[in-house]
Amino acid sequence: MKRNDVIIKLHRALLIVCGLALFAVIALPIWRIELDAAQYPEGLELLIYSYKLDGQVDIINGLNHYIGMRTLHADDFIEFTVLPYIIGAYGLAFIAVGAVGRRKLVNMLFVAFLLFGIVAMVDFWMWEYDYGHHLDPNAPIKVPGMAYQPPLIGFKQLLNFGAFSIPAVGGWIFVVCGVLLAYCVFAEWRLAKNSLKS
Amino acid sequence: MKRRKHLLWLLAAMVVSISFSACKPRGAGSAVTGNAAARTYVPPGQYDEFYNFVSGGFSGQMSVYGLPSGRLFRVIPVFSVDPEKGWGFSEETKPMLETSHGFIPWDDLHHIEASFTDGMPDGKWMFANSNNTPRLARIDLATHRTAEIIEIPNTGGNHCSPFTTENSEYVIAATRFSVPPDGPGGDVPISSYKENFKGHISFVRVDKETGEFDIAFQLKTPGLNFDLSSAGKGKSNGWLFLSCYNSEQAHTLLEVSASQNDKDFILAINWKKAEEYFKAGRGTKQAVRYAHNKYNEETHSATSEIKTEVTVLDVADFEDLAYLIPCPKSPHGTDVNPTGEYIIGSGKLAALIPVFSFDKLQNAIANKDFEAEQYGGIPVVKYESALHGEVEKPGLGPLHTEFDDKGNAYTSFFVSSEIVKWNIEKLEVIDRQPTYYSVGHLMVAGGNSKKPYGKYLVAYNKITKDRFLPTGPELCHAAQLFDISGEKMELLLDFPTIGEPHYAQAVPADLIKDRSVKIYDINANKHPYIAKGESEARVERNGNTVHVYLTTIRSHFTPDNIEGIQLGDEVYFHVTNIEQDWDMPHGFAIKGAGNSELLVMPGETQTLKWVPDRTGIFPMYCTDFCSALHQEMSGYVRVSPKGSNVQLAFSTGVNPSAGE
Repeated sequence: MKRNDVIIKLHRALLIVCGLALFAVIALPIWRIELDAAQYPEGLELLIYSYKLDGQVDIINGLNHYIGMRTLHADDFIEFTVLPYIIGAYGLAFIAVGAVGRRKLVNMLFVAFLLFGIVAMVDFWMWEYDYGHHLDPNAPIKVPGMAYQPPLIGFKQLLNFGAFSIPAVGGWIFVVCGVLLAYCVFAEWRLAKNSLKS
Repeated sequence: MKRRKHLLWLLAAMVVSISFSACKPRGAGSAVTGNAAARTYVPPGQYDEFYNFVSGGFSGQMSVYGLPSGRLFRVIPVFSVDPEKGWGFSEETKPMLETSHGFIPWDDLHHIEASFTDGMPDGKWMFANSNNTPRLARIDLATHRTAEIIEIPNTGGNHCSPFTTENSEYVIAATRFSVPPDGPGGDVPISSYKENFKGHISFVRVDKETGEFDIAFQLKTPGLNFDLSSAGKGKSNGWLFLSCYNSEQAHTLLEVSASQNDKDFILAINWKKAEEYFKAGRGTKQAVRYAHNKYNEETHSATSEIKTEVTVLDVADFEDLAYLIPCPKSPHGTDVNPTGEYIIGSGKLAALIPVFSFDKLQNAIANKDFEAEQYGGIPVVKYESALHGEVEKPGLGPLHTEFDDKGNAYTSFFVSSEIVKWNIEKLEVIDRQPTYYSVGHLMVAGGNSKKPYGKYLVAYNKITKDRFLPTGPELCHAAQLFDISGEKMELLLDFPTIGEPHYAQAVPADLIKDRSVKIYDINANKHPYIAKGESEARVERNGNTVHVYLTTIRSHFTPDNIEGIQLGDEVYFHVTNIEQDWDMPHGFAIKGAGNSELLVMPGETQTLKWVPDRTGIFPMYCTDFCSALHQEMSGYVRVSPKGSNVQLAFSTGVNPSAGE
């Protein structure tokens, strides 16, 4: 094994910690959509986990019937069945890559993780589009040209409700893992470049 | 010449008479200091510092205000029906107003007192008494609803109530009108008062956890009118002091005949001793009938049970149970100060306020420092032996005294229409402020506790006259808020009240607001006629009885089209509000129903009985504006003649084929 193919101990430790943290993500809320309106000064919250929806789902469903949005049910999402396993697999991969410590594997993990992040966000956006646009034509409230797709990230006003979409604890862990992984890739690339020069 | 002289005299007389009327003191006016508005102003969106629970007197209800704003938040129905809330109209709440006399739709709610732990309000419950058909109520402060009502046997009017002991071990109920004990022996000449009429003081035990009432025992006394009472606290915990008037034992024209004696009494009872005697089985069991009504929050229904026995101890049978202290004249309030040492009697016809000392009373009892003659078998302590001192010339018509945390007492004066602040130790008047007009009870925040919160005093006035815009001959009673944090009391605010407030309690908002229930969990709802979702909504016929399991959610009923009801049917609408969102009640009303609406909270089930009186189509609708589509929240019920072949059918959102 070439010496410069093995990553430094700090990075290996980081990857293992990230892997463990990803297991925690399975049980934590990943995304949060907050809804505010004059009548809801206390706010409403929709929490998305890897395996379920939580927060005031029933109340939000009750309100959505005015605009003809389909009710949210965890059973309708295949994602909730597979997502915990995918996240678990990534957790294992982080730990394995940290244990083996090969630079090439780190790079591969980075690409795979980035790809997963992109696919997940695209999937999320598609669901939001679907719920926001495919409305019951018999809905009591019909505003011409109005769609109710919540923002992917950030704030958007939807009639009397302000919708604020941001990562929850699990989502932030995910982001931090990604950033740390990117850092490892970058730092190892610098180390390798320097060792080639010398 | 003569005429001019006459004119001069006339002019002189006019000048004199004008200057006389100029000497006449000015009336009430507005005696408010500059920044009173800022001190009572609670900006929009902010909370008051205190909950103020105020008795509703002849309205039979209890109202909830905020202090210092004087804003009304809620009227809690207790002893009177309230069609706004369906109280006494829904099948679930009707049993709450049952008594041994049957269903009673009204009473006179006189006083309220907080539940106490170690002499301080604990924010769990309010207790209230009814003065006409004697009862005691418990109001749950998590729901702000009446949770329990118990009838008091052997009692005329339960006025001297619902004052509680230091840890609310007992709530007291004592008769204002002595009467012969319950039962067939009560048919006696009124003129045999002295012989046959008796007073009864009930000790109603309160379960520390559930709050449930239980009449532990009653003390039988000579015929006396018990007015108010106050339990000892701190050093005097274990004692109870009751004011009594009509020591003359009159039974007619009491206005005159019960005002003859220079002194009536404060009755001091060693209730810990009474409890010992009761537990030792020294009481007599008496057959009586009284109702005990409880509201179950799981079934959302009340039950009424008639109980048939009470244990009575005659105070004359025991040497060390009760003592009378002479008190001038026809005392109303008897109030124990925060340390428990002083007992203040407010003789409503007296020109002074006597202050009795608990220590001196104990010495007098130990030394048998009694009057030569007992009163109805009860020893009478010598006035001077129990007296700490008298407040001279405090005002006219003292009624009720409360306390601050600095050793001062505040007494209301009905006749001279003022509140007087005085020092208990020194017996000196410090300040007096007029009230508009004729104050009855007053309330200092925490003023009946071991550590008064002080700061605010509210005067509950009996006469309103010109304080507000006139509303015809019937005027509201007025409350007046004073700031008592300084040496002088300062009037801050007038505000109108519901009914006639006889007494009130102020509890810091923090003790109550975070425990306030927002919704009822529908999964915990054990109502026998619940529909837990729209899939369970249905109509069932059982002979002439039809049960409609109806659900409400924004903004429709399920079912909302019902056919097959026949003339002669008794229809029960069991309305379950399947919302689980705060402040999202739905109402229910149907044309021709001979009772009120229902107001159903999220997760709750309530039932309206409806007996249609004619055939046709009857609209029903939601009465509480629930959403933008509230006007659409309605439905129809079809009533056909008896024996009609229209089949029972129900639906929402489809057009059923008529079953004809």
